[in-house]
Amino acid sequence: MEIAFVIIAGLTLGSAIAAMSLRNLVHCALCTVLTFAGLAAMYLQLNAQFVGFAQILVYVGAVAILILFAVLLTRNSETQPNTRIASPSWIVGIFVAISVSGTMIYAVIKSTKLAQALPPVPDATVKKIGEQLMTNYVLPLEIVALLLTAAMIGAVIIAMRDKESQIETNVKPPRRGDAEKEKILRASAPPRRRQI
Amino acid sequence: MESLDQIFVSGKQWLVAFLPETFQPIASILLVITAILGIFATLFAVTTILERKILGRIQNRFGPNRVGPFGFLQPAADGIKMLTKEDIVPRDADKIVHFLAPLALMIPVALALAVLPYGRNMVPVEFDAGLLFFFAVGASTELSVFMAGWSSRNKYSLVGAMRGIAQMISYEVPLVLSTISVIMIVGSLSLVKIVEAQSGFVFGWFPGWHVFTPWGLAGFVLFMIAATAESNRAPFDLPEAESEIIAGYLTEYSGFKYALFFMGEYWGMFAISGLAVTLFLGGWNAPFPFLQFIPSYILFFAKLIALILTFIWMRGTLPRLRLDQLMSFAWKFLLPLALTNIVVAAIWHFSKDLQLPGAPGLRWIFCALVLAIPYVWLGRGIAQAQRTKRIYKFAEN
Repeated sequence: MEIAFVIIAGLTLGSAIAAMSLRNLVHCALCTVLTFAGLAAMYLQLNAQFVGFAQILVYVGAVAILILFAVLLTRNSETQPNTRIASPSWIVGIFVAISVSGTMIYAVIKSTKLAQALPPVPDATVKKIGEQLMTNYVLPLEIVALLLTAAMIGAVIIAMRDKESQIETNVKPPRRGDAEKEKILRASAPPRRRQI
Repeated sequence: MESLDQIFVSGKQWLVAFLPETFQPIASILLVITAILGIFATLFAVTTILERKILGRIQNRFGPNRVGPFGFLQPAADGIKMLTKEDIVPRDADKIVHFLAPLALMIPVALALAVLPYGRNMVPVEFDAGLLFFFAVGASTELSVFMAGWSSRNKYSLVGAMRGIAQMISYEVPLVLSTISVIMIVGSLSLVKIVEAQSGFVFGWFPGWHVFTPWGLAGFVLFMIAATAESNRAPFDLPEAESEIIAGYLTEYSGFKYALFFMGEYWGMFAISGLAVTLFLGGWNAPFPFLQFIPSYILFFAKLIALILTFIWMRGTLPRLRLDQLMSFAWKFLLPLALTNIVVAAIWHFSKDLQLPGAPGLRWIFCALVLAIPYVWLGRGIAQAQRTKRIYKFAEN
């Protein structure tokens, strides 16, 4: 049990550090995915099956792809900046980090909760979580569902409007002045990147 | 009969008992892992030669027929060829990600194979939420497609990867939604319990599998279509379309890495076929009472191979979809039908105790009608949309 924890924690921390310090953005994103997977393994090790699976399903499966797409669609994502990752203000950064984590560690150690005996391990099976969601927490669940549906419809509407304007420009016969417009459009378009 | 059915379970226990107490759990796990890897590697070899032979038959040619009797030793020759081939990595490729991509495919697929119930008492890892686990690890295969396409530094690779990810994300929605009806009726996410729920016989002889109910039939068809798209097989093989983008995200792969990718895709197909068997086709249950003497694992693998043959048949029969057809099919046809299917499953569940003359038949017909009307309506809508002129967003003018 201890060895598994050490391996998982090392993997998670290592990939998190790599995600912050690597030069290539896509590498950073892939390391973030590794961090997500490590967290999922941690949840599974703590016997929280549902949270672990949901972590893999949502973060490794969906959010990771979203991050990668966002990185690829951003301009200059491929170029590697020459600036140093560690900026001159790193002394201040280290000071802040040490003071914050020191405060946290102090608070945790001094906490009276630690002195108490461990509470019995709750039996949080997937079935129980489902029953709770369908009975006690059905209203929050419905609200989240409504929110997500609204977001989805919004996304569809944005995509549809784009298509309509495209049809218009395609059908319209070329008029005078369009050439100038196109020139302006071309000038404002991003410069062609070097090959990917 | 009972002993033959449990021969592998008791065999494992007998073997493990030779070891000291401390090593027994690890030895038991290792035995199961070895068995899974061995069986599915063999099944992969058999499937490749079967696929080439059957495709040859469909296309009126011989297929491979030089190595061994009727060419059935072809997989061995292919394996040796793949192992001894030079492994070429492009100069500009991202070497680490390029190397890790096949592994990122193999690991989730092997994990997905671990939760399927292969026979009575024969499930490698029994999870309370096995189905959720299956979909969780299945979703992470998209990452390997992206890694392969991006790291190759090849336009065709990147186009293939983008197509692959778009397709897999789109078809995951109907795939998951089509299984929800099963979860609703069985009331459990455990794959073992889902199989046990299908073990009875209707009228004493007809199999009580989910596929023989209206929602089960619709769910099975939806699931199989989405599964074909998830495993990137024809007619949904756009990510690897040979006639358009060379081999998609596999363009820059050669040698054993290519073989690993190939095997990973086939294993993905086996895993998802196994899930279809578990959810809809009764798992390891016998189709008729008089066939119950057949060991459960043989029944499971017979159903699995039947589904694989269906996949091969579809590949030989249907032409590849266009990208816009692919997307509109997923979002405008499969998704509404899957949602309708959930409602039908609810109707089916609540009309269970209906006291009417001829209630079982009426219930069946009503549920089938609720599904058939949107099917026809949506199908017509899709066909209508295909007849209008296409608008090319970036290619016209």
